[in-house]
Amino acid sequence: MAELPPPTESQQVGRRLGLLILAMVLVGGVGSFLWATRVWWLPPVASQQGIEVDRLFTITLIVTGLAFIVVHLALGVFAWRYADRGQPTQRAFYWHDNRTLELTWTLVPAAVLVTLISMGALVWTRVHSAPPVGAMMVDVRALQFGWMFRYPGPDGTFGKAGTEHVNPGSNPFGVDPADPAGADDIVTKELHIVLGEPVVVRMTSHDVIHSFFLPNFRVKQDVVPGMFTTVWFVPTASGKFEIACAELCGVGHYIMRNTVTVEPTRAAFEAWLAQQKK
Amino acid sequence: MAVKPEVAHAEHEHEHPRSFWKKYVFSQDHKIIGIQYLMTSFFMALVGGFLAMLIRMQLGFPGLKFYWAQWLFPNGFSGDQMKPDFYLAMVTMHGTIMIFFVLTTALSGGFGNLLIPLQIGARDMAFPWLNMMSYWLYPPAILILLASFFVTGGAASAGWTSYPPLSALRNAVPGSLYGQTLWLISLALLIVAFLFGSLNYITTVLQLRTRGMSMSRLPLLTWAQFITAILMLLSFPVLLAAAIMMLFDRHLGTSFFIPGGLIVGGQPVPHSGGDPILWQHLFWFLGHPEVYVLILPPMGIVSEVLSTNGRKPIFGYFFMIGSLASIAFLSFLVWGHHMFTSGMDPLLGTAFMTTTLVIAVPSAIKTFNWLATLWRAKIRYTTATMFAVGFISLFVTGGLTGIFLASPAIDIHFQDTFFVVAHFHFVMASAALFGLFAGSYHWFPKMFGRLMNERLGKIHFWLTFIGVYATFFPMHFAGTAGMMRRIFSTQMYQFLQPLAGLNIFISIAGFMLGIAQLLFAYNFIYSAFRGPKAGSNPWQANTLEWQAPSPPPHGNWGATLPVVHRWPYDYSVPGAEQDFLPQTAPEQAAPTALGADGAGSASLQVKPRGEEA
Amino acid sequence: MAARIPTLEKPPAPPRGPGGPAGDRGPGHGGEDAVAPATPAKVFVWLFVGTVIVLFAAFTSTYLARRGQPGWTEVPLPPVLWLSTVILAVSSAVLEWARRQGRAGRLDGLRRGLVLTTVLGIGFLASQLVAWRQLVSAGLYLSTDPHSSFFYLLTGAHGLHLLGGLGALLYTGWKVHQIRQSAPAVAFTDPTATYWHFLGILWVYLFGLLFWL
Repeated sequence: MAELPPPTESQQVGRRLGLLILAMVLVGGVGSFLWATRVWWLPPVASQQGIEVDRLFTITLIVTGLAFIVVHLALGVFAWRYADRGQPTQRAFYWHDNRTLELTWTLVPAAVLVTLISMGALVWTRVHSAPPVGAMMVDVRALQFGWMFRYPGPDGTFGKAGTEHVNPGSNPFGVDPADPAGADDIVTKELHIVLGEPVVVRMTSHDVIHSFFLPNFRVKQDVVPGMFTTVWFVPTASGKFEIACAELCGVGHYIMRNTVTVEPTRAAFEAWLAQQKK
Repeated sequence: MAVKPEVAHAEHEHEHPRSFWKKYVFSQDHKIIGIQYLMTSFFMALVGGFLAMLIRMQLGFPGLKFYWAQWLFPNGFSGDQMKPDFYLAMVTMHGTIMIFFVLTTALSGGFGNLLIPLQIGARDMAFPWLNMMSYWLYPPAILILLASFFVTGGAASAGWTSYPPLSALRNAVPGSLYGQTLWLISLALLIVAFLFGSLNYITTVLQLRTRGMSMSRLPLLTWAQFITAILMLLSFPVLLAAAIMMLFDRHLGTSFFIPGGLIVGGQPVPHSGGDPILWQHLFWFLGHPEVYVLILPPMGIVSEVLSTNGRKPIFGYFFMIGSLASIAFLSFLVWGHHMFTSGMDPLLGTAFMTTTLVIAVPSAIKTFNWLATLWRAKIRYTTATMFAVGFISLFVTGGLTGIFLASPAIDIHFQDTFFVVAHFHFVMASAALFGLFAGSYHWFPKMFGRLMNERLGKIHFWLTFIGVYATFFPMHFAGTAGMMRRIFSTQMYQFLQPLAGLNIFISIAGFMLGIAQLLFAYNFIYSAFRGPKAGSNPWQANTLEWQAPSPPPHGNWGATLPVVHRWPYDYSVPGAEQDFLPQTAPEQAAPTALGADGAGSASLQVKPRGEEA
Repeated sequence: MAARIPTLEKPPAPPRGPGGPAGDRGPGHGGEDAVAPATPAKVFVWLFVGTVIVLFAAFTSTYLARRGQPGWTEVPLPPVLWLSTVILAVSSAVLEWARRQGRAGRLDGLRRGLVLTTVLGIGFLASQLVAWRQLVSAGLYLSTDPHSSFFYLLTGAHGLHLLGGLGALLYTGWKVHQIRQSAPAVAFTDPTATYWHFLGILWVYLFGLLFWL
């Protein structure tokens, strides 16, 4: 049986493999995560739902991290410890069933997962609960490769809009000129919202599927042509943040950037909006 | 060898002289077809891997000048720099090739064909001619797919998921002009090939098992292939239906997936009323079972390799089968977790989260059972064993990151970022690849009658294992920081600026990983001709294929078929003379020296494989 | 396996141990002599029917989802479809009759029945083509509206599968022509018959789905 690895080599390889698993995967994996928290981590959070999502993320990270450590510890130690040592007396343990053990590792992961499911479901339903009454409304249009925003104006309602009214020069948004509700609508090139005020974003696309991604707000919603999708959130930090497209939408997918500015006060927002009317 | 296989070396009566064409090209022999599938898949892996290298060059070193690649893809570059539309075509083709044309074909088509008849003691598949057809639909599919790089507009560029309207509207992206059509036709051909294969596998396993080979004595690899075939049979027709409707939308003016009132490139689109989300449902109804199609056969391979080289029975045989079956069943109920942010009803999101996390339970069972198999084993570190151990590590890492994505609230942030890319490259791509390598090193004797070079193999393992972690683990951080998938460059975004260094690191690790695979290619080809000759059972394994000569002749067995007397995992049975008992070993072969082991004759009564020896 | 050590003669599977039922009494059918020639074909045809069901289930779910949306107009039912239905039903009945003949040892009847079924199958396809022509002359094309798209798609997909069924019938007819005994001839016909009946049921289902649901 020259083909079989000589037992001494098996022992050596086992030791190396065990070490590699313990050193690279376990220490390296956990260590790089700890390192990454300081350099490549979640973008600074700027919304209430973001805080909840981040908390859920941290809990899941701890749970999965523990599982990662336990399993790799066992794998590394077993790989090291149970190599063929070349002693003729060494024989593997003939052992192939243990109901208690098998039920344990069926039920324990199940219990952990049920806990995670419940926590996740709570956050998810809260994110998708009905927006507060009187929240600010913004209408978003995505198209290859940019974003447009519309505010309802003083009357608080959006006029009808559709691609049949689109004129690239004068009416890129497609506001229906015949609808009086649309007369005071304000179409803008950037998104501005107010600190602490809930904002409802409803969106659709003129062409292909895009995805409205606000990394700092932990908001991502596909923008689908032919239908409206909606998200709402409450900004908790003022400043200028980025909007990205997260769904492959064509050649310019990577440049489909815009910004969202969280105004510190309502007054500042109104002042900006007044400027946009011109 | 104390336990002589009954039939192994008998001269074969079915061996008729056949012409070269019938023997190696249009062969109906399952082993040749398996090797054909495997070799073709390896060729495609080179193509897909090359595309991955180009992708990493662009992401790690934006603005890099590609003098040489320009020569290969003249339309993909302008002024020595890569064009964004070519980048999208590469991303799409890399995914398509690796998933459908490499992993599915190699693991299911390659190892399924090579090993199912051998492991169940059959002479061939139930329908050899259909089997040959199944393979010969594959090269045309490849030609059509690769031809799309050279048509106007280039290859399909809407991602391997081909979401409409981007994929359905011919002016939405250059690759949708003609490339997408070729993509759809090529995939439709391949689906038919897969369906032929699956029909064959299921019938063969149900009908052609040799005497004594009950379903509860099937090796886990054959169980995995059997369940995979059922999965393919029930999921691929859905993609076929979707592909047909997409072709209609693209060329015959229907509106299955295209809504009304669109404007693309300033032109109104003459479609109305279709629903793009419908494609996503159909696609993922296939797409999710498909990832299990990729991972179940490696699970089987790993079970075989660990048990054989651990010299220890697989732990929890029935739990292993049960978890394979429940994974397969549940995989039809989880597709919506790819669509949490698609605008689907939030209630559905909760339902899909539940089913998705439930599917983690059988995966956990399998992991712990493998660990239990390693506990107090006597591991012979062949290269295959190392890849099998590596598989467990990758599967665990990728599986755990999946828990983040399965939770829709967390997925809001991670959907369509590099976190997803990292996740599936671990759990599906690399893990399946490790299964593929483990299988190749382990069953190489049954392909060519020779052994692969173990020294090169071990170097290949170290480089690959380190390379996979170095390449894909940091992608989690890129995704956490918000880096989107399928973007040509990160330079547009302020929040992605800190990732430049990380992307360079990933790229360099990726190049190392890619180059390491050439070692395998060299080893494979060299060993096929020059490797040391292998005996019929070089690893001292129990399953039936090791009772046939290496390589098995046409018809596999001699004059008589092997008869099975026991389950496949009787390793290190206390009292047995040797530490393995082939499935063909008659029952009395087991416990000759049981008394010496301290086990009384009482345990003899309930069979040597009694509990807790 | 005549001489066994007595203590080992018990069924090898301990209550909870793996390995399943006893050794050589396992249910494997392998071995050339053990397998009836048509058995794998029977399994195959049922699996294939399963595949086709999944394919049409995918079409159906799309159809139902699409129908619930605005802008849905119904295509008028071409009356010739009733004729198609009758032809296909008769063809199935003829095929059943042919199998009875075969089982009763009348190979001639089996052969004639197979030919007649094939002819009726061709008649069905011709009738479907007439339905297409009628819709086209009424100005209803593939892309006119969603219902017409689905009509052409579903009837076309069914027609293609039926074309395959015709191929199977021709092949069966040719084979049955060569076989001298009736038992293997019937065994050879069985899988084809299963598929053909399935196509009939599938057509009734599609007809109901498109026009009556």
